[in-house]
Amino acid sequence: MIEIEGITKRYDATTVVDDVSMVIEPRTVCVIVGTSGSGKTTLLRMINRLVEPTAGIIKLDGADNRSVPGYELRRSIGYAIQGHGLFPHRTVAQNIATVPVLLGWDKDRIKARVDELMTLYQLDPQAYGPRYPHELSGGQQQRVGVARALAAEPNVLLMDEPFGALDPIIRTKAQEDLLAIQKRFGTTIILVTHDMEEAVHMGDKIAVMDAGKLVQYAKPAEILANPASSFVETLVGASERPFRLLSLGRVRDAVEIGSAEGEAIPGDASQRDALAELLWSGRPALPVKGTDGKPLGRITVDGLVKRAARPA
Amino acid sequence: MRGAPERPTGEGVNIRFDKLGVVIAAIAAYAGFLAPFATFRANRIVPGQARSILEALPATTAALLLAIIVAAALIALFRTPLVLRLAASVVTLVALALLIGVAGTFLTPAGNTFARVSPASGFWILIFAFTLLLADVLTRLNLSPLARVGVLVVAALAISLLLMSGSWDNLSILKEYFNRADSFWAEGSKHVTLALGSLAAAVIVGLPLGIFCHRVERLRAGVLNVLNIIQTIPSIALFGLLIAPLGWVATHVPGAAALGIRGIGTAPAFVALFLYSLLPVVANTVVGLAGVPRAANDAARGMGMTDRQRLFGVEFPLAFPVILTGIRIVLVQNIGLATIAALIGGGGFGVFVFQGVGQTAMDLVLLGAVPTVALAFAAAIILDAVIEMTATKRRVETA
Ligand SMILES: Nc1ncnc2c1ncn2[C@@H]1O[C@H](COP(=O)(O)OP(=O)(O)OP(=O)(O)O)[C@@H](O)[C@H]1O
Ligand SMILES: [Mg+2]
Repeated sequence: MIEIEGITKRYDATTVVDDVSMVIEPRTVCVIVGTSGSGKTTLLRMINRLVEPTAGIIKLDGADNRSVPGYELRRSIGYAIQGHGLFPHRTVAQNIATVPVLLGWDKDRIKARVDELMTLYQLDPQAYGPRYPHELSGGQQQRVGVARALAAEPNVLLMDEPFGALDPIIRTKAQEDLLAIQKRFGTTIILVTHDMEEAVHMGDKIAVMDAGKLVQYAKPAEILANPASSFVETLVGASERPFRLLSLGRVRDAVEIGSAEGEAIPGDASQRDALAELLWSGRPALPVKGTDGKPLGRITVDGLVKRAARPA
Repeated sequence: MRGAPERPTGEGVNIRFDKLGVVIAAIAAYAGFLAPFATFRANRIVPGQARSILEALPATTAALLLAIIVAAALIALFRTPLVLRLAASVVTLVALALLIGVAGTFLTPAGNTFARVSPASGFWILIFAFTLLLADVLTRLNLSPLARVGVLVVAALAISLLLMSGSWDNLSILKEYFNRADSFWAEGSKHVTLALGSLAAAVIVGLPLGIFCHRVERLRAGVLNVLNIIQTIPSIALFGLLIAPLGWVATHVPGAAALGIRGIGTAPAFVALFLYSLLPVVANTVVGLAGVPRAANDAARGMGMTDRQRLFGVEFPLAFPVILTGIRIVLVQNIGLATIAALIGGGGFGVFVFQGVGQTAMDLVLLGAVPTVALAFAAAIILDAVIEMTATKRRVETA
């Protein structure tokens, strides 16, 4: 659990983060969104004390984060820096091994971990391990940056726009992988993004920042349904709202009794994908199948349209 | 419009000049036909008489040398394949090196030990012109750092071979050498010790000082300014300024005199070279550290490195090529400056230079100057190669 209590950061006269309080439940993903310069990175960096707050306290599992030396704290918290920040003079493998080396893991364990992470991020350890960062594409560099943050299996992971440079296909894959890791290890993740789609998809809760202030902190559905201010509404994107709402739900949860013609859609696809398929194929209904391939029922345009309406 | 496109010559003669080659050919023509090749003197201090190539060498040898020069100049003049240009420059340089020795023997009357023969302007200009051609070819060949050091080693071996073969023994510079062979090596080792020792001291003091200046911003401008001012003090003046304090140390600090610390001699020379070396070392350390990408520093802290780990693991390796550039500047500068040490009895190759100036014996001046230039040249090539090798892996990230 991460408790942020009345945290403020001032540089001279300008207040960059203004009296922010929030609680991030353990084993959840909290996504921070906001315009450029709204203080997202600064807030994130106060958690691992790369930035010392002007006022306020941050507690990790009940303990003040100032109770251990900064460098020790930071070894226990994964950090994927904005714009990857790889060490240009170290190979990809050495970059990923940074924190395990600092923690004094033995060689075999480090090598096994590096290989595991590189394989997970689709970088062949043999081919890419000995390369230097400048020999990678921007997207590959970013994946190495994320792998480096994950290397020591931290309980808390801070990620500053980790997927910005990835193409949509790899980005979706990276998001899924991250969620899988998060589920498996029960990691608490705080992720900064500019991409509302990513925020709604990844976040158990979304924190919206504006000019240093936390203007809303709630579940994605709540943010979509009841934006706290016109700023949040603009950020969410009024014209995108119904579709974002649908993207939160699974087809399985919108199944109606009955049957329909044509290729079946899997039950764990998003409702938004189902609507897109319905509209594109010009049909009123699609059959739905479970993970075992058995028919579950059908999904209809009318049903989805009702679900896309503003919740009461 | 772009330059004329390269296309194979179909019809007619398509002659293209090489830009640098035009200059080289012009210089070579002047030096080969108009400038004196060697100087003859009845003894070591009387004014010399100029001898052209035709006068300085037996007729057939002279013709051969002129033919080689003309051919090589033509190869340089036109756009010719690199291999040909390489061969032309190497053949000409070797021919010049061998034949200047022949000229020495040819011009010295048999049994005369007073007569002196030395290379004259034409010889030096030819050497310069074809070294330029060779350097141009080597640059265009884009040699790897190791290969460049290899070329240096081969050249050094060739020169040692010529020296040992005795084919230059009748040249005046070697006659000067034979008269003081022992002191030549003694002064040589003193010269190298002075240059390297003061460099080592400057690195030992300058690196931490540079790191300190980088960390404490308020000190930076002040320290660099002071070092800058020291750099502008003329060396003679600096020696003068050092005589009093070092003399005082020698008489008042027990043991100092035993260590060789005196107002004149090696100690002030060493201190002066050390002071001149500090600025390049400190300034390049500061610049190198400031050039470390912010993101890399940030990541180092974010991953949980301590300040020390960050300094040695990230900042230092990334700043290393720049720091090494400072060390290269210092080494080349020190090898040259160490000549001045002779002025205050500090020894080194400068001893011959100043003796030669005093006796108006140019050959003796050369005996001090040539090894100094050669050492500086070799140091520059070797350190450039090292810098390039350390820098290739550490290219600055683009993100
Ligand atoms: N060290 C600093 N000194 C002074 N001002 C700073 C410092 N670091 C950040 N700021 C200012 O604080 C504000 C918030 O910066 P921050 O990096 O937290 O924004 P951000 O929300 O992460 O923006 P982006 O989305 O562009 O990354 C900016 O106006 C920035 O100029
Ligand atoms: Mg930011």
